[in-house]
Amino acid sequence: MKNAVIATALAVSALALSGCGEPESKGIDPKVYTDSLFAVMKADRTNYTKLIVARLGPNGADVIKPDEHWKDIPNGALLPAQMFRAGAEAVQEMTDDFTYSLQSVWPINSQNAPKTAMEKEGLEYIAANPGENFYGEEKLGDVTYYTAVYPDVAVSEACTSCHNGHKDSPKTDFKLGEVMGGVVIRVPL
Amino acid sequence: MFVRPFGSGEMLLVKKIVWGVWLLATLGLAGYYGWVLLQADDKSELLIGEATHGHFQIELACSSCHTQAFGGGEVLQDACVSCHGDDLAMAHDSHPRKKFTDPRNADLLQILDARQCVSCHTEHQNEQTHPMGVTVPEDYCFHCHEDIGERRPSHANLPFDSCASAGCHNFHDNRALYEDFLVSNAGGPWVRSVAQLAERNAASLTALPKLPVPVFDEAELMREHPQVAAEFLASSHAAAGVGCSGCHTGADQQWLPRPELNQCKTCHVGEVETWLQGKHGMRLAQGLSAMSPSMGRLEFHQQSENGHQGCTSCHGAHKFDAKRAAVGGCLDCHADQHSLAFTESPHGLLTQQALNNERPWSEAVTCATCHMPRLVNGDTGIKVDKESVSALGESAVVSVTHNQNLTLRPNEKMIRPVCMSCHSLEFSIDALADESLIQNNFKGKPHQHIESIDWAVKRDQR
Repeated sequence: MKNAVIATALAVSALALSGCGEPESKGIDPKVYTDSLFAVMKADRTNYTKLIVARLGPNGADVIKPDEHWKDIPNGALLPAQMFRAGAEAVQEMTDDFTYSLQSVWPINSQNAPKTAMEKEGLEYIAANPGENFYGEEKLGDVTYYTAVYPDVAVSEACTSCHNGHKDSPKTDFKLGEVMGGVVIRVPL
Repeated sequence: MFVRPFGSGEMLLVKKIVWGVWLLATLGLAGYYGWVLLQADDKSELLIGEATHGHFQIELACSSCHTQAFGGGEVLQDACVSCHGDDLAMAHDSHPRKKFTDPRNADLLQILDARQCVSCHTEHQNEQTHPMGVTVPEDYCFHCHEDIGERRPSHANLPFDSCASAGCHNFHDNRALYEDFLVSNAGGPWVRSVAQLAERNAASLTALPKLPVPVFDEAELMREHPQVAAEFLASSHAAAGVGCSGCHTGADQQWLPRPELNQCKTCHVGEVETWLQGKHGMRLAQGLSAMSPSMGRLEFHQQSENGHQGCTSCHGAHKFDAKRAAVGGCLDCHADQHSLAFTESPHGLLTQQALNNERPWSEAVTCATCHMPRLVNGDTGIKVDKESVSALGESAVVSVTHNQNLTLRPNEKMIRPVCMSCHSLEFSIDALADESLIQNNFKGKPHQHIESIDWAVKRDQR
């Protein structure tokens, strides 16, 4: 009887102690992570387009000159898409935890066309399903990535007029509010 | 004949001798190469191959590139960027490393890892190095741009290796070659007029540094050396109020017979720093002896072969004649076909007219005009004729780069800061792509036409 009491006490203690450890860390859900990143990107991109380019550019105070070759002209300023890309490149110099890029099935620069099967699938999906995002996993090199694709929508007249008038644009009838491309965010798993 | 086999004792002795010899040889070799690595002045035995034309002068300053004894490609990458990073940034590098770090390029990087300079510019393989220091086959553009013909019908049947070798594109610096620049600078006469270069103003915008207090009797010195005094009194140094002591005062206020870079740098910081970046000064920058034509790979006059490069080798002591330095400073040593043809070339004739006071010196086109050009705000992308510079207002600081390599390779880097001051873009591109015209120092018209502007204009009008 005495042995049974001791054994029961030990078992209860062991059970109780097993609950004292640190709770297992699950980390942030990749979808929440990429959705949050995209929210920041979209906010900054929209703000740069509306609060800087539209306000200070040729259609506003006309004190800056947004131009594809902004480095080569006095008072040149990055186009919104270039500003977005500059952010992506700066991030790559700071961290490997995620990457992002701006792509389109109608790219002005062909290097910004989708390359991987998942990029193609994602960009086609968001173009065909306005308002929806695309999520998946893909393996590039030896690494598996969580890949999310978000619609990049024409938020101002500057977006559509520039793309519709550019000699390298495969599509020349973009309208305000339309999906022009997508933001691809990758997180290594 | 009977040969007695070794006994076990003898075998042991033989083994000991062999091991002893091996140990001594190993220690001897390790000691010798350790001494070469750490102590010897001549480290040539450690070279794994001849360095390229870009680095051969400093190939024995191993730590210039191999900055750490241990470490991988990142160590070399950092070394490349520490010397060439600023130039690439100024060139608006068309293919910066950051373009290739996105994982979506993983498949391309397996073919050519464009994140690392050494992937295309491998050193110590001079025997298989192409122009521009490239060590990969010259069809490297094809790997990423193989479908260019689909979007540019004009490019459909061009050879794979012609992108960067036909005067149309460069991998890094395309500031004078990008499509919109071609369109906006299309047309115009091949030579507009002889431009007047903007006057240098960098020195006048900088406060004169504190010069050594004269501790020598300068009047007495000049009486003792009348020829030197005459040359000095006619110089810009004398005009600026810099006396003998300004240059000849060494440590502890002692007379310095031969002032060197550090004395010149007191006032001429930019000139000295840019000179140390070029072929003439890069040895001194790495702590090696001064460059001499005898060490060079170009053709030089025999009588100049043992001269050593420094400020006075071109500018001359006491006279410091910039006009002489701009031509004679070069032609005293350089004896290649391009240099020998200068005097009879259109540029050389303009210089001679300026020296004869038949036209202003600002219209002279000297060796230095092209190879050590005046730059506005240190930027090789800005034209330096008086008209262009005056349009920039007071913000324009005009200085002379003494890095002769800054605009030399690829030579299209010369188009904007140099050629286009007088010539059309079309002529400039054609001329710089014509090797025979380069050899005769641009005496005549180009023998070939690069169609890039025509194609760009045609596409723009479509």
